[in-house]
Amino acid sequence: MSLVLLIEQVLNGLQFGVMLFLMAAGLTLIFGVMGLINLAHGSFYMIGAFAAAATAAATGSFLLALAASLVAAAVAGAIVEMTVIRRLYNRDHLDQVLATFALILIFSEGTRWLVGSFPLFLDIPDYLAGPISLPFGIQYPQYRLAIIAVGLVVAGGLFALIAKTRIGIQIRAGESDREMIAALGVDISKLYTFVFALGAALAGIAGALIGAIQSVQVGMGEPVLILAFVVIVIGGIGSIKGALLGALLVGLTDTLAGFLLPTAFGLVMDPASAASVGSSLASMSIYILMAGVLLFRPTGLFGSS
Amino acid sequence: MRKETILNACVLLGLLAVPLWALSVDEPFIITLATKAVIFAIAGVGLNFALGLGGLVSLGHAAFFGIGGYTMGILASHAQNYAPLMEWPLVIEGTKSMPVIWLFAVLFSSLFALVIGALSLRTSGVYFIMITLAFGQMLFFFMISWPAYGGEDGLVIYVRNGFPGLNTLDPIQFFGICFALLCIVLFLVSRMARSSFGLALSGARQNEERMQAVGMVPYRLYLIAFTISGAITGLSGALFADLNRFVSPTMFSWQTSGEIMIFIILGGTGRLFGPVVGAAVFILLEHMLGGLSEFWHVYLGAILLGVVLFARGGLIQLVAGREVAHD
Amino acid sequence: MTDPILDVRNVSKSFGALKASDDISLNLVPGEIHALIGPNGAGKSTLIKQIAGGLKADSGEVWFDGEDVTHKTTVARARLGLGRTFQVSSLAMDYTVAQNVVLGALGHRGKIGLKGFFRPAMKDKALLEVAHDALAQVGLEEFANAITSELSHGQRRQLEVAVALTLSPKVFLMDEPMAGLGAEGSQRLTGFLDQLRHKAPILLVEHDMDAVFSLADRISVLVYGEIVATGTVDEIRSNPIVRTAYLGEDDAQ
Repeated sequence: MSLVLLIEQVLNGLQFGVMLFLMAAGLTLIFGVMGLINLAHGSFYMIGAFAAAATAAATGSFLLALAASLVAAAVAGAIVEMTVIRRLYNRDHLDQVLATFALILIFSEGTRWLVGSFPLFLDIPDYLAGPISLPFGIQYPQYRLAIIAVGLVVAGGLFALIAKTRIGIQIRAGESDREMIAALGVDISKLYTFVFALGAALAGIAGALIGAIQSVQVGMGEPVLILAFVVIVIGGIGSIKGALLGALLVGLTDTLAGFLLPTAFGLVMDPASAASVGSSLASMSIYILMAGVLLFRPTGLFGSS
Repeated sequence: MRKETILNACVLLGLLAVPLWALSVDEPFIITLATKAVIFAIAGVGLNFALGLGGLVSLGHAAFFGIGGYTMGILASHAQNYAPLMEWPLVIEGTKSMPVIWLFAVLFSSLFALVIGALSLRTSGVYFIMITLAFGQMLFFFMISWPAYGGEDGLVIYVRNGFPGLNTLDPIQFFGICFALLCIVLFLVSRMARSSFGLALSGARQNEERMQAVGMVPYRLYLIAFTISGAITGLSGALFADLNRFVSPTMFSWQTSGEIMIFIILGGTGRLFGPVVGAAVFILLEHMLGGLSEFWHVYLGAILLGVVLFARGGLIQLVAGREVAHD
Repeated sequence: MTDPILDVRNVSKSFGALKASDDISLNLVPGEIHALIGPNGAGKSTLIKQIAGGLKADSGEVWFDGEDVTHKTTVARARLGLGRTFQVSSLAMDYTVAQNVVLGALGHRGKIGLKGFFRPAMKDKALLEVAHDALAQVGLEEFANAITSELSHGQRRQLEVAVALTLSPKVFLMDEPMAGLGAEGSQRLTGFLDQLRHKAPILLVEHDMDAVFSLADRISVLVYGEIVATGTVDEIRSNPIVRTAYLGEDDAQ
């Protein structure tokens, strides 16, 4: 096990974490401001990826594809919010879970109906393909580094939006006291639609960015969604800071566990058993992390009780 | 007699009548469908004990469904391969006897439910929902990467397990076993719901502060309910594995957790027969809509959305009216 | 004076910069009704929570029946005999009146036991006896099968008292039981509480001054988190600090 390999895995973990943050930020915002659990968030990830793949195939431009993913997901989010989500704000969590689960069914099977089960492909643009040389003799894919950069820029933008803009103040106020901001004359329905669409857009661009590394197919959103839930539970529901920290923790834990555990077990077992035991444990590692955090902080690291 | 009781009796009779009719017209496939409905009903009754009575929204109940299934899979596969599970310090052989398998399925799912519940119930609300989902996922990924029992491909059990005195390969006899178990489970759950424990559990669901003020600890009530609930769903998992003679990690998936919840919602949460009606309707939809379109989940989603938004009390409420407080 | 059954010693609680409870001491002796009055925002609910168990005091102690309960949970204190009614009725709303009271009886019983998982609760003779007895005392017997959410506000207050009765408590903590009751309801409740004091002493938080003056053996006045005076009805009525801080403002009503 070399230092080079370790650093590469750490970078992979950061890249994974940054993507999780984009998903988790939307989820946690939506819950923090509207008090709504949204299981359909993974569908926006998928819609973003499909929109990007379609746009890239039509125009050949990766940048246009990214823009399309943002727009498509945001529009889908706005429409869903106005037709379905709106009716759920005053319902209990069970109803929200069920209704958004129903949306997953509709979106996933609906997409499969329209597009078929075969995965689409989104290509990494030529100017980002290939490795870049880093210190310590590391050759790391430029694209993944770009993802980390884009993710951090988006995170920065989100923090700035919340901290410095008028909408950000409304969002923060809405998180502390929903009834009060309505009484103060803020147009709640527009704010909620905006927040929901913003969350969807973040999921959409995450889907597009990852779609170039993995494939674009139906059902790609749900595994990421569940991980995003783990992230916001660890970080504290409603806290964007928590979502960032949680996402990086989860990303690093999952990647490093997958890399280190089989090797560690290889010291005491034969390679075949070590690989299987190691990878079993690695796949459970994030959940163990989450259970551990919740034991000490039942509302997550930055959550309020 | 209450409308709901009449409805329940009709549902039970209907569930019995359909396979008997299918037997007379020699349509074993329909008997299998009815068996599937009964097994799903048991799974739903299990979840409903925690969810309907206790208000515990567990999005990871597939964990127990899977544990029950894999208990059967592991015990039966060792038996069919004539290889003991363990040779030291004790010799533990596999088994293909249903009652023994059920005993262990219930035992192990209770154990897991106790542990998962003890950890998860330290949280509440949204956190609880997500942590239960996460535990389900944890088991799903574990099972996929455990090669000893098939991993992603799952395990095939060549011959259905045995029940003393019956030919379990005969569809109607296996149906009979499952139906009898459903009736027993329904009876037990209905007694527990009306008992002091049930009164306290439902009281905690409505108002935890009130329970504390009368000197009862909600956490303990929830944990017991969650454990019992996991045990019942675990039993259904073992039966499901026997029905298909196959276990796979999808039994642990979040989609399965969601489906179990759908049964309850379609029928009506908190109603004794809610999951029974819901499971029957689900099987009906799967069969009829599935025949029309490969993408029938879109319709299922639409129906579910409709029920949640507009018919929240489920089918039982539509037919028999609002719930009456227990006398 | 006999030994107090409830003894609050130098209890303090701050929420950030706000001192909600400032070195509060008061006690409750057997057979008395000790009223706690004060303007809105004085910290009465915060104090009640620290006595009943929902809130942990920053400093000070709460002694109940000779035991230090400062670090005990709400449930533990309820089991020791601390009965409580809530300012905003806290009941199982989907249940009938009878079911709510049986819950109290069940809590008093303490154990559910194996039979408690299979025997119907509402047919348990022992539980029903305690329940009906409590309902009879508050006058709600005819409403036993009414759904709690359909009760009037006053009836819910009565139900709260009935549930507290089933616990055979050693002390009653009552948080504004008269709130929302009309003149007739208040009179009835006043008469009821007058008798109740012989079963167990009552720490009564109230705004209804007529009730307070006719019932209380002692009154403590809480202003901005501090007890500014404790004494008999006459002493408090004539106390100048109290008049300006509290009663003076109320006179204008």
